[in-house]
Amino acid sequence: MKSRHKKLLVIVLGVVGLGIAAALILNAFQSNLVFFFSPSDVAAGKAPTNRAFRIGGLVEDGSVKREGDGLTTRFIVTDTAKTIPVIYTGILPDLFKEGKGVVAEGRIGEDGLFNASQVLAKHDENYMPPEAAHALEQAAKAQQTVVPPQ
Amino acid sequence: MNLYTFSSPVNFYQLSGKLIPWFMGGAVVLGLLGLYIGFFVAPTDFQQSEAYRIIFIHVPAAWMGMFIYLVMAFWGAIGLAFNTRMSFMMARALAPTGALFTFVALWTGALWGKPMWGAWWVWDARLTSTLILLFLYIGIMALWSSIDDVKRGDRAGALLTLIGAINVPIIYFSVQWWNTLHQGASISLTKAPSMAATMLVGMLVMAFAAWFYSIAVAFIRVRGIILERERQTEWVKTILEND
Repeated sequence: MKSRHKKLLVIVLGVVGLGIAAALILNAFQSNLVFFFSPSDVAAGKAPTNRAFRIGGLVEDGSVKREGDGLTTRFIVTDTAKTIPVIYTGILPDLFKEGKGVVAEGRIGEDGLFNASQVLAKHDENYMPPEAAHALEQAAKAQQTVVPPQ
Repeated sequence: MNLYTFSSPVNFYQLSGKLIPWFMGGAVVLGLLGLYIGFFVAPTDFQQSEAYRIIFIHVPAAWMGMFIYLVMAFWGAIGLAFNTRMSFMMARALAPTGALFTFVALWTGALWGKPMWGAWWVWDARLTSTLILLFLYIGIMALWSSIDDVKRGDRAGALLTLIGAINVPIIYFSVQWWNTLHQGASISLTKAPSMAATMLVGMLVMAFAAWFYSIAVAFIRVRGIILERERQTEWVKTILEND
């Protein structure tokens, strides 16, 4: 084998080794790299209890209630399996909407109420004009009312 | 004449000189076309309305930042293995452009994040790994400029580039591997794009503009590096006397 081919082999093996090492390290730190916990994670006791953490999921339809002071909002975060009630005082981001993704940072109380200090909107990777979104909505509704063929 | 002809600095100097106007012209035309499609033709988005138009800058910049890094790693590996002069010069010429695009991606993302997410910055996996990419670019450039001996500098920089290359797949797959605030990919090789056709076209045209621009400025920079390193040779002296 020529020396320059040997060198190339060493470089390739080095990069592969580095990749494996990185994969193992990232795997070991898996839980620390998670930006938020889902309501199911919280129910399973995966979330820390003694410090602030983030929960993420969808804002349950019809759950958003504004308090009299105009700044405090109550809503429910769901991952369609479990839910967590949230209370938050402050300005909500533009994309905060019922049925859309949300990430809230705060602490969970004894009563199970999540007291959020910050609320972030998490949106999805779909981009389309409003007409197309409307058409999709109509199609979904039509499908719900139609009896599936036997 | 074969492909290896252009691994000699003198030939590459002449070839790149001829190609630069074409790539720069292409970048201007595609950039204007892409911005026109992005800002005047593409429809508004159903949930983000006008703010989504950031993608016409943000996404091509982020792609370019990651891609240029991989190209630098490629040239670094070739240079280390085969000791070719042009590879190291290409790696050095590409780094500032990669850093610029990474910076643009981070900056535009922050401007968009405040109104949309509600935060300029969050330490999620995608954002953090992209910040590391910017630091890698800066670190590699600093390493190069801190080593006076050109050959040693080339090798040290190439080695650091190769070690940092592991970060690029981490950036790309971070949104799949972990819960992140950053959304997943709208465009991937394995599924149909989840965006309207006009939006997609605008974004791809902008991505091509970024490619052309990167090639053009990398060539301009590499010509400077060639002249500097070959300044003792006859052909450089002839060129400089004729100018």
